[in-house]
Amino acid sequence: MTGVVVVGAAETTELGKIPHLSQQQLHADAALNAMADAGLTAKDIDGIATAGERPTDLAYYLGITPTWVDGTSVGGCSFMLHVRHAVAAIASGQCTTVLITHGESGRSGVGRSGYPRAPASLAGQFEVPFGPMGPPTMFTLPVLRYMKDYGMTHEQLAMVAVVQREWASMNPRASFQDEISVADVLNSKMIAYPFHLLECCLVTDGGGALILTKADRAADFPQPPVHILGTGESVETPMISQMDDLTSSRAFKVAGSFAMHDAGITHADVDHLMVYDAFAHLPIYGLEDLGFCKKGEAADFIWEQNTAPGGSLPMNTNGGGLSYMHSGMYGMYALQESVRQIRGNAPAQVKDANVSLCLGVGGMFGASGCIVFGKESK
Amino acid sequence: MDKPTRNLPQPTPETQHFWDGTQAEQLLLQRCTKCTHTYFPPRPFCPSCSSRSVEVYAASGRATLASYVINQRPHPAFDGPYAIALVDLEEGPRMMTNIVECEQTPEALQLDMPLEVRFEQVSEDIKLPLFAPTRVAPAGDASVGETK
Ligand SMILES: [Zn+2]
Repeated sequence: MTGVVVVGAAETTELGKIPHLSQQQLHADAALNAMADAGLTAKDIDGIATAGERPTDLAYYLGITPTWVDGTSVGGCSFMLHVRHAVAAIASGQCTTVLITHGESGRSGVGRSGYPRAPASLAGQFEVPFGPMGPPTMFTLPVLRYMKDYGMTHEQLAMVAVVQREWASMNPRASFQDEISVADVLNSKMIAYPFHLLECCLVTDGGGALILTKADRAADFPQPPVHILGTGESVETPMISQMDDLTSSRAFKVAGSFAMHDAGITHADVDHLMVYDAFAHLPIYGLEDLGFCKKGEAADFIWEQNTAPGGSLPMNTNGGGLSYMHSGMYGMYALQESVRQIRGNAPAQVKDANVSLCLGVGGMFGASGCIVFGKESK
Repeated sequence: MDKPTRNLPQPTPETQHFWDGTQAEQLLLQRCTKCTHTYFPPRPFCPSCSSRSVEVYAASGRATLASYVINQRPHPAFDGPYAIALVDLEEGPRMMTNIVECEQTPEALQLDMPLEVRFEQVSEDIKLPLFAPTRVAPAGDASVGETK
């Protein structure tokens, strides 16, 4: 246990298509909702962390005078790293109350900053010239290797999307709620062989924010506290071509094992799991790299409905990046769902969710952050 | 050179030798003289043991197909769907590339198939290392570097 709790958590009022808000206002909308959730105002916040926008911009915009600032930006899992850094900052007395914000105009592109890959960067020299066109043609690159080495079928990859749509069908805020079959996935448009449209994440607008403080203040807040039991983080490479092993994420392994050890939990303690799913193979890599499945067995585990509603390890219960929403840096929404499950107010609430593990990815297997949440301080 | 629409690499002082190498139709790698580790992409030190004592040498140009996707969306530099590939070089490092002289289909692109390097002029200063299925060569033929 870390002695730090989540006392405020919220997403933007709207999700999906929000062309009437700039990216900065999406951050602010989520932040204001999280402050309302915690019964706080900007004057009560003394620490700020964000990615996508600069913390300077957000602190100024929201009216916060921080004594602690974190602009760590390693892609979609940046918010997991912010949580981890905030835990350390609060524990060491650098600040008392941290706001972590995310907002992204991923679909509408209003006031959005780009992510150019400079032609002199290593990726610009040794990947970009060969014609990759964004994550659907890069994040997906290792998967044929995994399929050949471990015998995973196209149907099994498709099942990941099917199961997550089952969860999304219970979530009124999910972008896609109609249930789908393996055949539907395999008949959807081919984007980059072997990936079909329904195996790729959505592109939406949205945001989310979290507020963290010391556990001993938890009783002062309206919401039940969500304890942060353990945290982990790592980075591997900015180039998908340079992963140590095409069938495994080193950053997942490092961040995940550190967080579980930090929390003092075993796999059997985990009631609810979030694995950032920008594409259908990520939950498979996540289940194996976290140690919930042996190498090569995660596709069967999902096929047999273990992560589906009613299964032994409910995973991506908001519908995930494949069906719920995906603005670009999805990690914040995975964290929000873990908090809802521990609070007990998720749309597809898991029974007796006492421990939730949330694994994020940044870049394309470039970075990872892992947070273990609990109902009790353990 | 009739399709000048690829995004071109911009060499840095640390990578210039590599791109000079491809201009001369050589695939240059680096090797640590202390721990013998061969690595890619280029940098003037060993990522395995941090030694600055490294040397440049010409790779064989032989590789195998590690993984790929076939992009379906149109790209100005390619005709129709094209494979973005990862190849494992005989010397150890992996690199991104395209597969040429080969149908861009799952049937034609078999993982672990043997490949050999080709060099494609994409601008006045830059030749890109691409890979083609290994030609069936007479036994004992070692002229794989000949790519014209
Ligand atoms: Zn060395």
